[in-house]
Amino acid sequence: MTVHLGAATAAPDTRSAYAIEASDLVKTYGDVKALDGFGFAVPAGTVFGLLGPNGAGKSTTIKILTTLTEATSGAATVAGYDVRRQPDAVRRAIGVVTQRHGTDPQATGRENLLLAGRIHGLRGRTVKARADELLGRFGLTDAAGRVVRTYSGGMQRRLDVAMGLMHRPDVLFLDEPTTGLDPEARAEMWAEIARMAGDEGMTVLLTTHYLEEADHLADHLVIVDRGRLVAEGTPEQLKSGLHGDAVVVELAAESDLAAARKAIDAVAGTTETVVEGRSLRARVDHGATAVPAVLTALESVGAPVAAITVARPSLDDVYLRHTGRTFAAAEEGEDR
Amino acid sequence: MSTATLVPHTGYLTGRLLRATMRQPAFVVITLVQPMIWLLLFGQLFKRVVEIPGFTGGSYIDFLTPGVVVMTVLFSSGWAGMAYIEDMDRGVMDMMLSSPVSRGAMMASSTVNQAVSTTVQSVVIVLVGLAAGASYDGGLPGMLVMLLAAVLLAGAFSALSNGMALLVRTREALIGFSTMLTLPLSFLSSAMMDKSTAPDWIQTVAAYNPVDWAVVASRQALSADPDWSMVWIRLAGLAAVALVTGWIATRAFRSYQKSL
Repeated sequence: MTVHLGAATAAPDTRSAYAIEASDLVKTYGDVKALDGFGFAVPAGTVFGLLGPNGAGKSTTIKILTTLTEATSGAATVAGYDVRRQPDAVRRAIGVVTQRHGTDPQATGRENLLLAGRIHGLRGRTVKARADELLGRFGLTDAAGRVVRTYSGGMQRRLDVAMGLMHRPDVLFLDEPTTGLDPEARAEMWAEIARMAGDEGMTVLLTTHYLEEADHLADHLVIVDRGRLVAEGTPEQLKSGLHGDAVVVELAAESDLAAARKAIDAVAGTTETVVEGRSLRARVDHGATAVPAVLTALESVGAPVAAITVARPSLDDVYLRHTGRTFAAAEEGEDR
Repeated sequence: MSTATLVPHTGYLTGRLLRATMRQPAFVVITLVQPMIWLLLFGQLFKRVVEIPGFTGGSYIDFLTPGVVVMTVLFSSGWAGMAYIEDMDRGVMDMMLSSPVSRGAMMASSTVNQAVSTTVQSVVIVLVGLAAGASYDGGLPGMLVMLLAAVLLAGAFSALSNGMALLVRTREALIGFSTMLTLPLSFLSSAMMDKSTAPDWIQTVAAYNPVDWAVVASRQALSADPDWSMVWIRLAGLAAVALVTGWIATRAFRSYQKSL
């Protein structure tokens, strides 16, 4: 017997190796363009990082992909479903952990998980077993019967993530999952995220404004700035696109910045010199050999040096390269 | 939006609201004590208004009891939207709206939750009224009609309050809206005074006021010889208002999401 599926059934639009495909997303709020033609594709089963300073458009992107709001223009599919035309199917396929808390503070940890599971159609013993499993995995078993209001920030965050996992989603959205966590809790969360993608074959879209987090977790990442994609690739690809090392010189208080900059530019092999406060940052082919030359050049113009460091390329350098600002400067500059 | 999930989701979400209420015993006590105070205070204060020429009916406490039931419902369901605002502030609302939860159930659970507290409050008021000397000639059928009217009114005003919450999104604005609406609506009804003693224009306004429909239907049903046609038409009107406000308020989710 053949069963014909009518057009009304929520079959995925396309079969694709990509768990998320977004193209040309534009979102305007009044005169403000939060997204300005942003697009990317996330291979299924990977951890994909969306990196950018606050206000770059990361959260707006998440809101569109999780069907919370609609893009002004552009298209996106999640788990094969069109976010605009098949929002219900998208909602069944995704888990969402937003920057804020999705948990009810007046309910216990277990009640929160049970509600999340039941909304997704889990019933009876299945939902209870799944809740207990996640409570155990996130170290919340002892606190399961307490109302969430009494949880610490880290516990609430772990419960938020557990909520998003109750129904074993195909795609998990994590919007700034480690913001506000202490270093230890952050390391634990990182381990858990890595495990989710590894063991469960889940696709994870993660936004972060921590460079080291993207570097550590993401298989692929895109850097977004002012609502546009500025770079994409694996963290290694992005870093290897930069030649050599970064040399950062901290000048003594009495040094003449302009003269020092000119001196560094004159050293053979230095490029992309930028001034930031009392520091100069330059890209060199080879850090170890460049340091003596830089020091000599600065000495010759009478610019005393307080400190000098050499660093392998980081995503911070990638960001600087593509946007012309350091990440820290971008963070302070705008807060959408 | 799937209708198959409406009923189970309403159940789960109502459970959430009721559990939250039960975890705040102080709140429960206040919601039960407040209507008693109204009944006893107004009952004493206006005891002699029945002597005003034109005031129909017997003792004022008989007259007042359905009025206090309706006012209590009105004031507490007017606040229903506060739970939405708390959810918005915390992030629960966004989480819900990006999940497959039935929007209709989000609205209906708030109404069912109100209906439960309305029922408990009404029973308390009826009992306190009885102790204060009220006689309910209409008996149990009359009381059930009063309860139905109260629940329908709770549905209409909790939906209205939720819809407003989705539009204004701040506690201050919702408090303003709720107060602005509920106080005049209760005074433009026969909750505390017989309409025949009020100016003509108030009588005209009251005829279109769902709060007055609830009061009149309840009072009729509780009287010794109810005019049932007066009761049914008002109950039907209340049901229609509750459905329409519920539908409009559910539409407000879209406008909320558009602005995100």
